[in-house]
Amino acid sequence: MTAVGPATELSIETSGLSKRFGHQLAVDGVDLAVPKGSVFGFLGPNGSGKTTTIRLMLGLAAATSGSVRLLGQDMPGQLREVLPRVGALVEGPAFYPFLSGAANLHRLDAADPHVPAATRAARVHSALERVGLTHAADKKVRAYSLGMKQRLGIANALLAPRELLVLDEPTNGLDPQGTREVRSLVRSLAADGATVFVSSHLLAEVEQICTHAAIMSAGRLVAQGTLAELRQAGQARIRVLTPDAGAAAEVLARLGLSAAADGTATTAVPGSTDSSNAGEVLYAPLPAAATAAAGAGAVAPEAVVAALVAAGVRVRGFATEQVSLEERFVALTGEGFDVVQ
Amino acid sequence: MLCALAAIPILIAVAVRLSSAVPAGRGPAFLDRITQNGLFVGVTALLVSVPLFLPLTVGVVAGDTVAGEAGLGTLRYLLVAPAGRVRLLLVKYAGAVAFAITAPLVVALVGAAIGAALFPVGPVTLLSGDSIGAAEALLRLLLIAAYLAVSLMGLSAIGLFMSTLTDVPVGAMASTVVLSVVSQVLDALPQLDWLHPWLFSHYWLDFADLLRQPIAWDSFLTNLLLQGGYVAVFGALAYGRFITKDVLS
Repeated sequence: MTAVGPATELSIETSGLSKRFGHQLAVDGVDLAVPKGSVFGFLGPNGSGKTTTIRLMLGLAAATSGSVRLLGQDMPGQLREVLPRVGALVEGPAFYPFLSGAANLHRLDAADPHVPAATRAARVHSALERVGLTHAADKKVRAYSLGMKQRLGIANALLAPRELLVLDEPTNGLDPQGTREVRSLVRSLAADGATVFVSSHLLAEVEQICTHAAIMSAGRLVAQGTLAELRQAGQARIRVLTPDAGAAAEVLARLGLSAAADGTATTAVPGSTDSSNAGEVLYAPLPAAATAAAGAGAVAPEAVVAALVAAGVRVRGFATEQVSLEERFVALTGEGFDVVQ
Repeated sequence: MLCALAAIPILIAVAVRLSSAVPAGRGPAFLDRITQNGLFVGVTALLVSVPLFLPLTVGVVAGDTVAGEAGLGTLRYLLVAPAGRVRLLLVKYAGAVAFAITAPLVVALVGAAIGAALFPVGPVTLLSGDSIGAAEALLRLLLIAAYLAVSLMGLSAIGLFMSTLTDVPVGAMASTVVLSVVSQVLDALPQLDWLHPWLFSHYWLDFADLLRQPIAWDSFLTNLLLQGGYVAVFGALAYGRFITKDVLS
């Protein structure tokens, strides 16, 4: 999505958005800025306030403080004008189990007084077609699998042409084929010019489809920007595999890089006679080219290798690594089950 | 539920038909008249269902209005559609009222039909001593059903309000039905007679005035006024609650 409008045009804009339940602050001063036309990944561990933020955005719950603007209009003040242009899947699909999939969509579509009733049947049909549920349209939702319900939920969000789609965990419960379908669906929606706001805890998914992302942790927004910006915020680093760890660290220090050992590599180095000790792995953060250009300590990776070799360090492996979104995510939100609550 | 309600007059008619003559003065009022005139099946069935069956079914329907949607999770999708909170509340109340109108009507009509099928139908002697033809008697029966429909408006509004308080439909249904029972119990305590005119169930059984010639409309109007008051108060409470409610279901 390179064709993003003026930088000021935002589909979703929240400022200082907070929601308090009892004495727990579920959402704490969130300032989201979702550019028009973007596919925006909304990341965060379970319980970090993603769904509550979405509820506040859609006017389902009232904010304790702060404000929301959707498509340039105030929420929930101008809810009637805004919501018909927004399709949403909030906290999983919910349908009447005793009605068929098509009947459910008919009923939810009839709930919106703004859409023409004349085109309802056609719109329901095309929405079902878009998510591949035409064959199950007349089946009772009770008999649907979780993935089919999820598709029906997405179909509901697509009943009318939408400028903004808010999809909360859209691939939950879907098989790999379904996940791929949703991914291509999101891409095609974005290609049609819609802004897609996808909440997820599946990082790989966000990395594949999103242009922008934001990360929530314990109710706070800890990072936000384009995917490239988010990755860059975590520094690139170099990885050196050498048996001469001490000497290498000295060389790196001279170059202005602070090395940290990361234990002994146990894998044998091909061609090495000394297979029991491949050497030690050293990591050193590499100042990003953009920031380093301004400062004094610009170090090219090839210069590091040259310096190491010149100093007689036996370099057995060398690489520059970019932090993945996952590492960045874990760095921001905590490790393992020890996530901030 | 309408089928269950329709079963009441059928049950009464079949039971009376199969048993020997009912001794006068025993059982629900009018029960002994059924064998002479089938139209009384409808009246008897309505009389029997007023204390429990009608409030029970109306409580279930009214209690389910908002809480049922919340329980299924469809409430959030209706609001995001956007259905509009006020509009949704009005439509839901209209649905509950439609049921409150249909329920006594079904009892009355099924009663008249089964009565006509199993017993002779003839002129009806009213409480005032006058006698009216079968056609007009049927009209009076529908009038009683209308009276009961009005009687259930207040309870429907209470159910709607209860329904906005919770995401568990059974809770809203149960509390509505319990309230109707409590109101009838209070109405039966003579020590509380200052309270009686204000209880929504106070006029529920006062449809006898519709069986006089000419019809005495006083109780109909008093009942209408009281039920209107309940609809206004609990409608406003439901509105106040639902318009600011955080939908988290």
